[in-house]
Amino acid sequence: MKKRLGNFALALVGVALVGALWAITSATIAPDLPSPLKTWEESKIYVMQPWEKRGEMDQGILRMASYSLWRVAKGFLLAILIGTPLGFILGASNLFYKMFDPTIQVLRPISPLAWLPLGLILFRQSEPAALFTIALCSMWPTVINTMQGVRAIPQDYHNVAKVLRLSPWRRLTKIWIPATLPFMFSGYRLSLGLAWLVIVAAEMLTGTPGVGGFLWQEYNSLIYSHILLCILTIGIVGFALDRLMGVAEARLRAA
Amino acid sequence: MIRPLEITSLTKTFGPHVAVKDFSIKVPPGEFVSLLGHSGCGKSTVLSIVAGLQQATFGGVVIDGVEVDTPGLDRGVVFQSPSLLPWMTALDNVMLAACQAHPKQTPAGQKDLCLKYLGLVGVSEFAHQLPAELSQGTQQRIAIARALVLEPRFLLLDEPFGMLDSMTRFELQDLVLELWEKDRRTVMLVTHDIDEALYLSDRIVLMTDGPEARVGLDLAVTLPRPRDRSVANENPEYMRLRGEVIRFLEHHSKQFANERAA
Repeated sequence: MKKRLGNFALALVGVALVGALWAITSATIAPDLPSPLKTWEESKIYVMQPWEKRGEMDQGILRMASYSLWRVAKGFLLAILIGTPLGFILGASNLFYKMFDPTIQVLRPISPLAWLPLGLILFRQSEPAALFTIALCSMWPTVINTMQGVRAIPQDYHNVAKVLRLSPWRRLTKIWIPATLPFMFSGYRLSLGLAWLVIVAAEMLTGTPGVGGFLWQEYNSLIYSHILLCILTIGIVGFALDRLMGVAEARLRAA
Repeated sequence: MIRPLEITSLTKTFGPHVAVKDFSIKVPPGEFVSLLGHSGCGKSTVLSIVAGLQQATFGGVVIDGVEVDTPGLDRGVVFQSPSLLPWMTALDNVMLAACQAHPKQTPAGQKDLCLKYLGLVGVSEFAHQLPAELSQGTQQRIAIARALVLEPRFLLLDEPFGMLDSMTRFELQDLVLELWEKDRRTVMLVTHDIDEALYLSDRIVLMTDGPEARVGLDLAVTLPRPRDRSVANENPEYMRLRGEVIRFLEHHSKQFANERAA
């Protein structure tokens, strides 16, 4: 307990130091960068009235974040619904692995900024295009981790399945899925992090309401302090998401 | 008329490497037979082919006049490692097998069967625990229950005591012997432990060193049953058999290999 308190205090010191660096930078070499105080003054209304809706692009920060979160949830769900079975197939079949692994390795490093215009062409609407981009960019860790999980199933378990003559369905539900679950969850955690990274880019380009969309609008309106507000929000929400998945993962491993 | 399990001219190659060549034995019903040989001689390969986990390159395994090359519920297998599924309790691990072997039984009936076999191997009190919470010996007992719940005709044991400390190994050997005395189910045991083979078996099939391992010596274990481990060392017949096995393992298994090379 005492140690945890100490760690927390140290983390606070770190935050204070970075804040000080921010303040010094804005006071000296970067006059366009709003100071922490100015950022707070100008952002107060968004933080203190987090659910307020004053206009399409003028809403409380939690409300904006919730739009983004909802979009991420849909894109992420799509990613794991496609990515998990794909990972299973690639892990189970050497043929499929050899056939598709090179393609996946090429698709994996493509930036959301590159996928989004394609999504817009395909769907002609910003919302499905955003989901398409999120799903496509964030599913790879799920695919790859699931695949590795399936490949890591000990031969012993395969032998048990064989000598007990388990049907393919029982093999999947009784052995493959439980054995792969921890790997799958590590993949989900990484995928969720990526999905959250992608959302900002997707909203910036499509101009939809959300933290990313708000950030881009305020950049265009030259209200720089709100950019900082958005950046901080994105960071904190991303951190919270990762922690949540971490807790879920830890529970799973303990079970 | 129940016919023996026949292994006829079984040959297994891995690429250019001939692991087992022309291995033939007949195992009459109810016999406890051990395959004994130096490690790496291919005895586990033979067992694995009988279990249907690997396929013979030539020859094969015949049960009731039918060649078998896939696993079957008529053959219960216990591996060297307990191979229990770690996310399932002991009972659920055994249930997995019970559901396969007795699909017509009600779930309650299947569960009773599982509890019966868990009791038979002496681990009833651990039924609701996960494998990780249990000792290696207990885990291996559960693995034996999982094989027995199939009520198989053949029990195939692939060095099942190899990973256990010697005290636990004795306990499990006694368990297997006791179970066998009860139902006289055909057992094929792979081991490299001479005393284990002598203590348990009716017959020891000694394999020559690989590559091209085959039957080197087919030895009937003429010791009376029930057997008693504690007086074995004073029994002249036991010492004679033991000497014969050791002589074979020390000299002949290599000599066979040399003759083949010449």
